[in-house]
Amino acid sequence: MGKTLAEKILSRKSQVDVCAGDIVVASVDLAFVQDTTGPLTVREFEAAGFELSANGGKTVLFLDHAAPSPNCQLSTDHILLRSFARRTGSRLFDVGEGVCHQIVAESMAKPGDVIVGSDSHTVTAGGLGAFATGMGSSDIAVAFALGKTWLRVPESIRVMVNGDLQKGVYAKDLILHLIGLIGADGATYQSLEFGGETIEKMPVSGRLTIANMAIEAGAKVGLFAADEMTHKYLIEQARGDYYQSISPDTDASYIKTIEIDAAGIEPTVSKPHTVDNTALAKELKGTRIQQVFIGTCTNGRLEDLAVAATILEGKKRHPETRVIIAPASKEVLLQAIAAGYIQTFIEVGAVILPPGCAACLGLHQGVLGEGEACLSTANRNFKGRMGNPDAFIYLGSPATAAAAAISGEITDPREVL
Amino acid sequence: MLKGRAFKFGDSISTDHIVPGRLAHLRSNLPELAKHVLEDADPTFASKVKSGDFIVAGNNFGLGSSREHAPLVIKMSGVSAILVKSVARIFFRNAINLGLPVLVCDTDKISDGDELEVDLEQGVINDKSNGNKLTFKRIPKAMLSILNEGGLIPYIKKHGDFKL
Ligand code: SF4
Repeated sequence: MGKTLAEKILSRKSQVDVCAGDIVVASVDLAFVQDTTGPLTVREFEAAGFELSANGGKTVLFLDHAAPSPNCQLSTDHILLRSFARRTGSRLFDVGEGVCHQIVAESMAKPGDVIVGSDSHTVTAGGLGAFATGMGSSDIAVAFALGKTWLRVPESIRVMVNGDLQKGVYAKDLILHLIGLIGADGATYQSLEFGGETIEKMPVSGRLTIANMAIEAGAKVGLFAADEMTHKYLIEQARGDYYQSISPDTDASYIKTIEIDAAGIEPTVSKPHTVDNTALAKELKGTRIQQVFIGTCTNGRLEDLAVAATILEGKKRHPETRVIIAPASKEVLLQAIAAGYIQTFIEVGAVILPPGCAACLGLHQGVLGEGEACLSTANRNFKGRMGNPDAFIYLGSPATAAAAAISGEITDPREVL
Repeated sequence: MLKGRAFKFGDSISTDHIVPGRLAHLRSNLPELAKHVLEDADPTFASKVKSGDFIVAGNNFGLGSSREHAPLVIKMSGVSAILVKSVARIFFRNAINLGLPVLVCDTDKISDGDELEVDLEQGVINDKSNGNKLTFKRIPKAMLSILNEGGLIPYIKKHGDFKL
């Protein structure tokens, strides 16, 4: 019987021929923490008397969620992580470098890797064909110590996407559409494996957006084959040598196949307070938006900023709508400056935040006021997510966000393209 | 045998309901963070819950973030087990890693305030308030061996490796 991507990668990494349902102990190529979950990992690690596993360079710490730190408690957490990195010789990405998942995709993840991080959106690297999944602090402390982790090989759902996305419709709309279709627990414990001609033609940036949100359907991992697009991306990052092609066997067995006609997808928005509460942007016309937030590990890449800049060029933000933009990494910021996007955003009236998670999780840099609504390009709109349980978060693509920035309300971006 | 009162919650209780990001500055001050447990779902929960009590909820409990602080503050509040119709994957793994059982059963049969007895060995929940006996889904073997050692770190300290 042929293998799914999940079965293939986990067989190699456990050196056992496994299939869905098996328990494996797999070697870990990269284990990382960020600044809101890392302190607990470090304390657990130290309390247990662990030492770092011999495979050095695989342990990475990111200061991205509270960057720069908004208060003394989080500053103290940063000190703890910096000193752990120094003491153990682990790699540290300090304040201003960017969101962990973007940096992992830009500079570390390789096709066929097993990557674990103490952050649920670790799944992002699935866009490069890595088996990447989020875990808690204890699991990562153990991965730091042993260089391996245990996993149940997930059953896989095949998502076949064919046809061309319409103008104004992006990878984000596709994944919101899928989550609306299967629900926030539609893939719990399972692997979502994407294929079809739309996916084959999709650049890695879009694949990362889709993989990033696999967790919002409950999935353990969102996997893409590593193909020529992946190779091209790695070459652009000067990491072409790490490329290996990986694809599922044609006779792999899936628990279900979902067929999506890309041409039928329209700009899609998740309404408060769950990601699967989707509607079409045009159906929500008239919904006032007080804050637009463009950034995050979902949609803070150069391609996303390019889409927003094209719509915003020469325009002014709506006077009652704040616009906040946070590039996902320092690399993205530099490229956005070179491309003139940052100039465009500032002229529109946007606030540019340093690379990092920024307003995404509600601890600083764009906390919502009571009763306010935000259109965000992030991946989560849970109650309280942006710092206020009495606020409302709508999720959409960078184009939908840019359209709302101008009109002050939810708008189908095709109206302004 | 675990004994306590049921605190009932609905579907889709996320990690943001349990410990929201706006309280991230308290994550290195767990006793303080624990005072806010589940605040955005029920602001009175933290003051009412007693040692041994149960959280009883609907579908997809614990969806969202990988923050282990979520099951950690629930455990610190004295909750002895979480009874749900279904549970999100990372939360489940985190809870077991901390030695906190999450049991999947038909929670519609349990009402808020019911007095419950849970027999982990036999796999039975005895609802003393209405006389119902419920069974819960077996915890997978690999996870049970971690739970039985009181969590992942004690497990690894004892065995030195995964022996699943
Ligand atoms: S950008 Fe948002 S979703 Fe992504 S890692 Fe940061 S807080 Fe999490």
